[in-house]
Amino acid sequence: MSLADFVPFLPEIFLGCAGFIVLLAGIPLGRRGSRPVIALAVAALAATAVLIFLVGRPAAGPQLILGDMLVVDQFAVFFKLLVLAASALALVMAAGYLDRAQYSGGEFASLILFADLGMFIMASGANLASLYVGLELMALSVYVLVGYFKLEVKSNEGAVKYFVLGAASSAILLYGISLIYGTTGSLDLETIRVTLAEVPHQNFLLLLGIALVAFGMLFKVAAVPFHVWTPDAYEGAPTPVTAFISVAPKAVAFAMFLRLFAGTFAGEVEHWRMLLWIASAATMIYGNVAALTQINVKRMLAYSSIAHAGYALMGLVAGSDAGTWAVLMYMAVYAFMNLGAFGFVILLESRGYAGERIEDFAGLARRHPGAAAGMLIFMLGLAGIPPTAGFMGKLYLWAATVEAGYIWLAVISVLMSAVSLYYYFRLVVQMYLKEGDAEDESPAEMLSDRWAGAAIAVCAVMTLAIGLWPAPLVGWAKSGLSALGLV
Amino acid sequence: MIDATHYVVLSLILFCLGLIGVMVRRNFITVLMSLELMFNAVNLNLIAFSFRLSDLAGQVLAIFVITVAAAEAAIGLGLIIALVRLKDTVALDEADVMRG
Repeated sequence: MSLADFVPFLPEIFLGCAGFIVLLAGIPLGRRGSRPVIALAVAALAATAVLIFLVGRPAAGPQLILGDMLVVDQFAVFFKLLVLAASALALVMAAGYLDRAQYSGGEFASLILFADLGMFIMASGANLASLYVGLELMALSVYVLVGYFKLEVKSNEGAVKYFVLGAASSAILLYGISLIYGTTGSLDLETIRVTLAEVPHQNFLLLLGIALVAFGMLFKVAAVPFHVWTPDAYEGAPTPVTAFISVAPKAVAFAMFLRLFAGTFAGEVEHWRMLLWIASAATMIYGNVAALTQINVKRMLAYSSIAHAGYALMGLVAGSDAGTWAVLMYMAVYAFMNLGAFGFVILLESRGYAGERIEDFAGLARRHPGAAAGMLIFMLGLAGIPPTAGFMGKLYLWAATVEAGYIWLAVISVLMSAVSLYYYFRLVVQMYLKEGDAEDESPAEMLSDRWAGAAIAVCAVMTLAIGLWPAPLVGWAKSGLSALGLV
Repeated sequence: MIDATHYVVLSLILFCLGLIGVMVRRNFITVLMSLELMFNAVNLNLIAFSFRLSDLAGQVLAIFVITVAAAEAAIGLGLIIALVRLKDTVALDEADVMRG
């Protein structure tokens, strides 16, 4: 390890320092408006993105730094930039929401920055130890964010449930790591990969270890049967936090999932593929069917996000290059669609309370045609209807799955996408065809918040632009593959 | 002669006890203790393997796990305080506002 090793690590160092500075900057502001400190945090995120471009040198090929603990490659850079974009959008949406609820912005923004730092390390971890520490830094920050509205019973309850199940899943993941360490003799991903590729292992402890790591990862991406925490944590959390945790941690969990299973454990693919096939099918079926009966929009979107994890898992089952970059592509596409949809939930207010019921959207098209049109774009995207990005994302996943010979999995996902149309369009029907209760004097109102509006507009533009012109994103996602030892 | 296998069996027993504790106990503080048991079962495993392999990486990871478990406990206790202030209870069964 030399001093030069720290240069590619500068974005992470900067992000960590920025987290502390934002935390301090929030103190004098207190609860008198969170906008200055949120602007500072977003500026820090932008500066981190610039640093990544300056020092990352991803084009020069993967570079191991800090005693082979981290790897800087295109794959990591893809997810880092995705995390930065998602957290900046979530922060901008959060400003008005925090002010209305009278919670301070400094701690909120700094927790997001610390979670981002954890996610950076997850995305570029090259050692089971660094991956674990990154995962925990992300998870611990997110537990606090979910319980951020500490005077609200729902927020606290969501955090408690998320914490207990999350900590248990971390322990399960860690137990798997310890077994893999014991049987392969190393924590280094590359060494483990070479060991597994050379000697076909049938060791029971090794297979148990891989299965336990898979369980831990399935928990983090909210896949069935490890999804139990998702609806409660998503419904209870402050809505901007829900928007954030449904997107960024899920994306980097998939990054870690891919690095481990498409890269390191590729030699054992015959043993884990069936496990993920079942998880993927169960997740798609359960998520979509359970979403049908929800009356709370946040809860409905929580089940929808479970279903989307199931779609992305198809790429892992396919296991090919095409499957892998389709997952990268899908995570980027899903991030913008989901953030946009939650953005409208953040802005909708009903009689002083957050408008979270599906009926609160009734008659929105008449009162706020722009907002209704925006929500329509996101619902079309999440349902996977052209010309939105959601369709392109699913198309590549289907292509990879069919190509790899998993026709039935693709069939299940197509059928379940059709089921998902029902609940996404329930919202559209409310907006366009229902008038809202006549006796209700004050129907739910769309608040005007220029910041959140701008963030939603960015999401809408991205959803349409990627749908109409996916080539640049596809090319970028493909460039991330060489890092995994797949090409 | 006691070798790594014995430690793995012991850690598996401890881990399962912890997991069962997390699943059946309804007192938040007992659940935290069960979580701690799970993490320490992992540590036992890591140290036993590290000794057998004559490789320090496992012990280093064990120190990281202890540190992270402490941070995790701090957040868990913080959530308990918030729960007690809101509901005057440490029973997880009482956290049941959201359903479905």
